[in-house]
Amino acid sequence: MTASIIDDLKRSQILELLEQGKRIDGRSFDESRKLIVEIDAIPKANGSARVRLGDTEAVCGVKIQPDRPFPDMGDKGIFICTAELLPLSHPSVETGPPGPDVIELARVVDRGIRESHMVDVSQLVIEKDKSVVGVFADIVVVDYDGNLLDACSYAATAAVLNSKMPKWEIKDDVPTLVEGAESDLPTTTIPVSITMAKIGNHIVVDPNSDEWDAMDCRITITTDSSGNIIALQKGGSDGFTIDEIIKCGDLSIKQGAQIRETLKQAAKGS
Amino acid sequence: MIRAGGLKNADGSSYIEFGDNKILVGVYGPRDVHPKHMSRTDTGILRVRYHMEPFSVGERKNPAPSRREIEISKVIKEALLPAVILEKFPRTAVDVFIEVLQADGGTRCAALAAASVALADAGIPMRDMVAACASGKAADTIILDVNNEEDQAGQADMPIGYMPNLEKITLLQLDGILSPEEFKKCVETGIKGCKIVYELQKKALADKYFQNGRDR
Repeated sequence: MTASIIDDLKRSQILELLEQGKRIDGRSFDESRKLIVEIDAIPKANGSARVRLGDTEAVCGVKIQPDRPFPDMGDKGIFICTAELLPLSHPSVETGPPGPDVIELARVVDRGIRESHMVDVSQLVIEKDKSVVGVFADIVVVDYDGNLLDACSYAATAAVLNSKMPKWEIKDDVPTLVEGAESDLPTTTIPVSITMAKIGNHIVVDPNSDEWDAMDCRITITTDSSGNIIALQKGGSDGFTIDEIIKCGDLSIKQGAQIRETLKQAAKGS
Repeated sequence: MIRAGGLKNADGSSYIEFGDNKILVGVYGPRDVHPKHMSRTDTGILRVRYHMEPFSVGERKNPAPSRREIEISKVIKEALLPAVILEKFPRTAVDVFIEVLQADGGTRCAALAAASVALADAGIPMRDMVAACASGKAADTIILDVNNEEDQAGQADMPIGYMPNLEKITLLQLDGILSPEEFKKCVETGIKGCKIVYELQKKALADKYFQNGRDR
């Protein structure tokens, strides 16, 4: 978004507060906004979640259906995650093909979940080299207040965790649905992304939209249930020192554990 | 191998061969901005296009920019932005065109390193050059400069862009699984690699601008 005098004023106000150890919405530096996870919001999907992170809201629906495997991956199913920013989420969003920001968003969210091997694609084979199960997690952002990366990631993770997989068998060379044989979608771990913004020399977790506009740069770090770091993405127009990166790594493990609990609790409640 | 210059029309250019990667970079600007609404009154803007030729990879690639190329263009732009001083050129644009003629894994790092040299060759004022290198993990060992085979078979790939004089990391991505200790080691290894690449970048400029490539 283009800089204006208002943005400059806002940035200096945010920076001034940070110097005093305060954030514009009163949170501490390492505190995420309140995360509300509603499971099975879309009963027609095989799994779904509606997630509100502060005032950023995302809905994810998972559709599971038979598909052809990728040419060199006949013994693995398919997992694809997409993200879209809807025009109703913010006045500046227009319809049309996605810009670089939204493409990056979708790819970073997809990478975090894929690289964690959360969905065990080796268990999604109906007939080797011919027919596999495809899992499609489509996310839409419906309300914007910064940090779409984490909101979308939590929505997708929560939806995948709660997905039920139908069963197919090959009959006359076509995959045929077996009624009443649903099972949980096989998952191995729970990836959690934590996005941190650098504003001046300060690092804050889960930036809201004011902080997002004011930041110098950001980093998104995804961790898995065993506390490993599995995906990184730096963005924005400044850089981090090595010490800052290491600190962000530690923060993401600590904060990620809390978010993971919230996602687990939501899954249990369904 | 990095070479500064080489293109006649571009204001600055460079060519890098890094493993089997062959990448050409041309820089234009500061120049008028088209479309005009993109221009800014307080600063110049940087635009980066990373593009792979259809013949650069094993199977022919569709020449239209893919989502991957759009994302890489964005991360390279954001890796270069901390280095270039565009405030002196309001209402202008600096365009960086990166063409991958042949790809062999780690193209974004090679492209970023070459783009820095091309920007310097174009005479764009800079705070530092951005060096780049990928570190990663294969066979449970932290390694430097992951090539295509190692990337496909490896356990982690971490491209890093780094400004050695300012000690700032300006590009950082990862896919793969690393423990917190391996993560630290991987960052440190990558930065060591960046410092080696930095020397090659300086040498490329010295070779072009100093007789016999002496003192820099």
